[in-house]
Amino acid sequence: MARSDSSGKGAVHSKTSLTDKVRSYWLHHRSSLLGSLMRLLSTPGQTLMTTLVVAIALALPATLLVSLSNIQQLGDSWDASPKVSVYLNLRARDAAIEQLLERLQKLPEVADVQYLSSEQVLADFQRLSGFGEALEALEDNPLPATLIITPGLAAVEPEALKRLGDKIAGEAIVDEVSLDMEWVRRLRELMVLGKKIVAALAALLALGVLLAIGNTIRLAIENRRDEIIIAKLVGGTNGFVRRPFIYIGGWYGLMGGALASLLVAAGFWIIQDTVARLALLYQSDFQLDTLGIGGTLKLIGLGTLLGWLGAWLAVGRHLAQIEPR
Amino acid sequence: MISFSSVSKRYENGHQALANLSFDVDEGELVFLTGHSGAGKSTLMKLIMLIERASAGQVVIAGRNLNRMRRGQIPYHRRQVGVVFQNHQLLFDRSVYENVALPLNIAGFQSREVGRRVRAALDKVGLLDREKANPITLSGGEQQRVGIARAVVNKPPLLLADEPTGNLDPELSAEIMNLFRRFNSFGVTVMIASHDIALIRSLNHRVISLAKGQLAHDGLLPQEQGG
Repeated sequence: MARSDSSGKGAVHSKTSLTDKVRSYWLHHRSSLLGSLMRLLSTPGQTLMTTLVVAIALALPATLLVSLSNIQQLGDSWDASPKVSVYLNLRARDAAIEQLLERLQKLPEVADVQYLSSEQVLADFQRLSGFGEALEALEDNPLPATLIITPGLAAVEPEALKRLGDKIAGEAIVDEVSLDMEWVRRLRELMVLGKKIVAALAALLALGVLLAIGNTIRLAIENRRDEIIIAKLVGGTNGFVRRPFIYIGGWYGLMGGALASLLVAAGFWIIQDTVARLALLYQSDFQLDTLGIGGTLKLIGLGTLLGWLGAWLAVGRHLAQIEPR
Repeated sequence: MISFSSVSKRYENGHQALANLSFDVDEGELVFLTGHSGAGKSTLMKLIMLIERASAGQVVIAGRNLNRMRRGQIPYHRRQVGVVFQNHQLLFDRSVYENVALPLNIAGFQSREVGRRVRAALDKVGLLDREKANPITLSGGEQQRVGIARAVVNKPPLLLADEPTGNLDPELSAEIMNLFRRFNSFGVTVMIASHDIALIRSLNHRVISLAKGQLAHDGLLPQEQGG
């Protein structure tokens, strides 16, 4: 033979230098990336099915998370200005009410006091409750005059607010004091619970995505068994054989994530009008939170990561079993 | 190029495929490997390809001791050994060109170099005009020539062929054998497993015969004698 000094390990075809090898490595990554996409697009039905499975599994926890963040936003907007409602005695005289107002406004814990006469309260109630006609039938106004107190910085903490409430409740013409804090606290606790449930659900569904993609990849490997064996016979490394399948998983995850974002966006678009009407009824300037660009990117990124991981696990399990015999 | 010393191979099911087999093949030789089916021809080739490992003894290919070769090195070893299979092992979901280009793509050649080498290999086997065809549309002899082109496209110093003419008529078989002799004349070491004794005798090359996993004959076949 011409190359008689070929006793070294790999010196016989030294035509590929290191830079060439690095170059070809990236070239193969690129061809795997595009090749696997072409392969997926050539079987649109099956690709769509797997993508849908991934999309639904991702869209469900994403929807719940966005909903939770909306509820939290709702709670926070109340939380930012907790109110104390003070219901005055029906027989309280105007002068006494005037004095109480002045005294309250001087308290350091009080930022603002709004006085609603019993007529105003009745008018608001008629307008918002829909009991208008029934109330008109009453001879006397059953509703008390009300003070809406916005606490100052000194009474932001629930305990301080409670003390303020107790102090006001001691006033002679005050029938009842109601703190708007309680339900905010309950909501907070419920939110913590909700988030835990969503997290558990998300973990389960992520596992579902891994298994679905893993199974799809397993079938793809099975279908291309001959190709894998021949590639290994002519010197294909495990990495070379593995790469296209990993990319297939990545594509499934990417497309599933994108589709999930669309599903979530479509869902919130559908309920948007209803929420806006509801917010109007509650006289709120509440804005529905959606996924947004950041959330969409996160969802797609997470999908891609799960797809890649699922493929990686499946390939590791099944490719090792395919060896030339 | 090929060195077997006291090589034995016993499969997990207890079958003793090779027993204490020793022989050497020098660089640039063309050797035929004969023997009845089950005599150990395929096992011998699998040991060279590192599809199987020897139970005992040393297999050294081009100075590389295969016993000591780690799994990660196997692909690089296989790139130095071109193999032609009886059933071609072609992929029917791609063209002749892509089939032949596979080893080059795996070894990481640049596309211009791939094109040059694939066409050179197809030219040598006389299939330059069929590069775009799907191998399934080719005849058995043509498919085998595609398989040969793929085996030599990487210019391996060692070429193995396992029953390359097993399914071909005598005329085509002679053609295929002439191809191998041409590659051998360029310096490639060639080992051909075949049971076509008449053809082998007519070519007058060194013959290694196996019987029950042992060396039964090594050298030229005596002419004008029954095989």
